[in-house]
Amino acid sequence: MVGFAGYAMPLQYSGIIDEHLHCRHHAAFFDVSHMGQAALTGPGGAAALERIVTGDINGLKSGRQRYTLLMNDHGGIVDDLMVANITTALLLIFNASRKQEDLAHIRAHLPSNISLQPLLDRALLALQGPESEAVLSSIAPNSKSLRFLDTTVMPLCGTEAVISRSGYTGEDGFEISIPAEYAEAAACALLADPRVKPAGLGARDSLRLEAGLPLYGNDLDESTNPIEAGLTFTIGKRRKVAWDFLGGTAVSQAYARGPHQRLVGLYVDGPAPVRSGAELRDSEGAFVGRVTSGTFAPSLNAPIALGYIRHDRAEDGTLLEATLRSRRVVLHVVPLPFVPHRYAR
Amino acid sequence: MTATRFTKDHEWARFDDGIATIGITDHAQSALGDIVFIDLPAAGRRFAAGEACAVIESVKAASDVYAPFAGTVTENNPSLADDPGAANKDPEGNAWFFKLRPDNKADFDALLSAEDYQAFVQSL
Repeated sequence: MVGFAGYAMPLQYSGIIDEHLHCRHHAAFFDVSHMGQAALTGPGGAAALERIVTGDINGLKSGRQRYTLLMNDHGGIVDDLMVANITTALLLIFNASRKQEDLAHIRAHLPSNISLQPLLDRALLALQGPESEAVLSSIAPNSKSLRFLDTTVMPLCGTEAVISRSGYTGEDGFEISIPAEYAEAAACALLADPRVKPAGLGARDSLRLEAGLPLYGNDLDESTNPIEAGLTFTIGKRRKVAWDFLGGTAVSQAYARGPHQRLVGLYVDGPAPVRSGAELRDSEGAFVGRVTSGTFAPSLNAPIALGYIRHDRAEDGTLLEATLRSRRVVLHVVPLPFVPHRYAR
Repeated sequence: MTATRFTKDHEWARFDDGIATIGITDHAQSALGDIVFIDLPAAGRRFAAGEACAVIESVKAASDVYAPFAGTVTENNPSLADDPGAANKDPEGNAWFFKLRPDNKADFDALLSAEDYQAFVQSL
């Protein structure tokens, strides 16, 4: 167990590599109840939320979910979050480490007739991997009909759960928001299936890194611009014309002229991981950026990293160097993701 | 052949013919998780007691290994380059890290006995 954002979290069960590979080949269960959940309700809630996020929320149909960015007034990212339209409300899922900031920030920008209510009595469970559909549909048959980023309320273990086809591993899978008193029964039901193994924070991190998915606090912070983070896709088509969200002017400028730096994938030559914070230099020795996440990739059996690199050194194939324990290590800029996504589109 | 001795940094040392073989304990490998790379000191390197002399990379993090006493490295275990995971499977046997010739044999003798190390681990 390790401390994470104020929660005691399992780092690993059977071992990070074993859990990671099990998720890629079968199904892994994660208890991610530390993440923030909140319901946004009231007339014009979607339009109000749009003032502070990059996504098209007005156009988010009932039963659909979207990844979006909560913005500050200078075009930086306050948090990355999932927003689901569950008809009666917008369900927001945000990072554990950002709960308080997010609630305060969103509330400060909402009109008084729209309410944002933290859902403190709900757990969040994730089932990820190619066998997730077969496993979950054995206890929640309706889940089979969901496609990637569909979200529906359905019966599970004697209660109503909000189930979405989504996740943070690059694999097909589901995330299940469920009243806390039913969480243990749901967890036991999923773990009773021999295809499922429990997985901890360690595998969650190595899986998301292979999938090229940024982690808030490592790869994103309040100074990160969505364009440089490679998250331009989160800006809705209509929004890219109007730029009518908090910080939109700054983001539109980065979009028009191109960002100064870009988040890229990095392959590391040799067996040793290059970790967050490592300085990166070009072949002439000039400082060009820094690693923001680095680990050993179990699926690739090699170290990988994400880092921000000066735009003119961020092309695929560029060779960079880091110094690791006074030895020179070569890194290659590569396209993301490292491991292809296998979502059920 | 003398008894195996231990440190509070979760290393073991076995003394034989003037040289101590050094590795990490089973408790250490279990706490570290999957080991993916081990950076070992070359023969001839001299270390002071407590000086960082090797690095273990697990999936999650890098951890230092400290010299249990002052001495000179005489060799390291080349098989760990190809199979660092051996340090998870057989940490107190074949997956030894390096051999260290102590400046003073008395420094080796002053390390923890197996019983004292077990008591220390229990107290954690």
